[in-house]
Amino acid sequence: MGRYLLKRLALAIPVLLAVVTITFFMVRLAPGGPFDMERNVPAEVTANLNAQYNLDAPLWRQYVDYLGDLARGDFGPSFRYASRSVNEMIGAGFPITLELGLYAILFALLVGMPAGILASLRPNSAQDYVPMSAAMIGICLPSFVLGPMLILVFGIWLGWLPVSGWGINPGDKVLPAITLGSTYAAYIARITRGGMLDILSQDFIRTARAKGLSTWRIVRVHALRGGVAPVVSFLGPALAGLLAGSFVVETIFQIPGLGRFYIQAAFNRDYTMILGTTVFLSALIILFNLLADVVLVWLNPQLRKNL
Amino acid sequence: MAESAVAQESLTPEPGSSLMRDAWRRLRKNHLAMVSLVFLLCLVLLALLTPWIAPYEYQEQNLLLGASPPSSDHWLGTDTLGRDQFTRILYGSRISLMVGFIATAVALLIGVLWGATAGYLGGRVDNAMMRFVDVLYGLPFAVFIILLTVIFGSSLLLLFLVIGAVEWLTMARIVRGQVLTVRRQEYIEAAVAMGLSSWRIIRRHVIPNAVGPIIVYTTLTIPSVILLESFLSFLGLGIQPPQSSWGSLISAGVENMELYPWLLIYPALTLSVTLFALNFLGDGLRDALDPRASKD
Repeated sequence: MGRYLLKRLALAIPVLLAVVTITFFMVRLAPGGPFDMERNVPAEVTANLNAQYNLDAPLWRQYVDYLGDLARGDFGPSFRYASRSVNEMIGAGFPITLELGLYAILFALLVGMPAGILASLRPNSAQDYVPMSAAMIGICLPSFVLGPMLILVFGIWLGWLPVSGWGINPGDKVLPAITLGSTYAAYIARITRGGMLDILSQDFIRTARAKGLSTWRIVRVHALRGGVAPVVSFLGPALAGLLAGSFVVETIFQIPGLGRFYIQAAFNRDYTMILGTTVFLSALIILFNLLADVVLVWLNPQLRKNL
Repeated sequence: MAESAVAQESLTPEPGSSLMRDAWRRLRKNHLAMVSLVFLLCLVLLALLTPWIAPYEYQEQNLLLGASPPSSDHWLGTDTLGRDQFTRILYGSRISLMVGFIATAVALLIGVLWGATAGYLGGRVDNAMMRFVDVLYGLPFAVFIILLTVIFGSSLLLLFLVIGAVEWLTMARIVRGQVLTVRRQEYIEAAVAMGLSSWRIIRRHVIPNAVGPIIVYTTLTIPSVILLESFLSFLGLGIQPPQSSWGSLISAGVENMELYPWLLIYPALTLSVTLFALNFLGDGLRDALDPRASKD
């Protein structure tokens, strides 16, 4: 197990390095400098700015310096906001994005798994069709349609819940979490149903049935562990999707998270912020995929033999 | 099913028993998929004919009118600049569908080439190529797409390439799996034993048997591409005004939804129904083309 973890980590580091390198050079080679402004600035000012942000050094030197800073966990200063560093902005935005993501995935698991299990117990009955049709709707309805619809109905017409902000008014976290989580609830329901159907058709389940165990006990003791394994392997990639989805949800609900900062940085052409956030999110997602795989191995002893 | 179809084909070499004919027969029985297919064909037709049938010009403003609810003059109302909403949704369909089809074609091209090469060569090359796909799978692509639109500006061409470059991964996996499976089948061995040329084997046996899942996945890629384009346009990073796509129309609708809900509801409805139709059609095609599905 420990060796497996080390092997995966050894593979993750070159991948991350490749991401950093490609992103760095793409951003540096982009047309237009970060200090392009409407009016003409004296050459000395530009030179000063370039010197301050280490942009006058040769490109390879900048790259090596950036790697050195990264190794120390320093993402550098923001090009747009002279007084703020990229670290500060990630520090301010990421906890909010993470909290939103956790609520969303919690909602998705709490709704999706029971729906999937119910559907798998009686395939091709109403108990199967109703949740699976709902899942189809959940998958087809994008967050930038669902979110505004929820705001329109529950925020404006019914007036039950606040329509924007994060942690300001009671209940303002409900609609964003549902908006972000519903697609994943739908996928999890489908995946759980598929995984459970595979397991429920196996011989040891028939044995358990023959012993006269209750359906609930069969599900809980025998089927669930194997049945939800596909859900676990879905969670790693789901995180990538959650973070991408949080761009939209944070924009709709005006939540000051990392996604909204990233979009703002994209509009402002704040290159260091874009570079830093890309590297940060990539590292995070690589780490999460790794964790999901490790949990998968832990759940399924058969995989452990082949390491 | 696939084997028996092929066997039958060699006994009675008439086109009536081909896989595609069988699949079409099964698809026709699936009402949801057929309704979706008809809807999508109508939508494509409307999008193609838009310049001739749209009641107004997409950039034609009527500031005196402003935002007006649906009426007999403007079937789906007008936006805050008095532009006809129906016209703008029609023009939006052109962009959204075009991005959907072309970016999917790009993804199909890369995915099929990559997957077929890996599956055909096998061994170490296959291992390296698929490991590369695994690595790319784990990266946050929405982040990279935004990065690329920032660097290169947002143009239609970039949207095609970028979205296509993201969506090919699953296609490559599916194609590789298909090629691997089909190559090992006994009927391929039989065909080789009968002394058929490689080209004839590939054309008559490998492609028809590998193509089902590729068609299904292509159908399912189109909605995810349309979704991605709408997502970018919604954030303001995709299609730029005065052009409109469904995503940018929804974005404009969200800004004004409190006062003028119809500006949100109609584009959102158009996008959602299209995504539904594409997904239903994809599911229907899967049932029709998957040989295992015909058992029950």
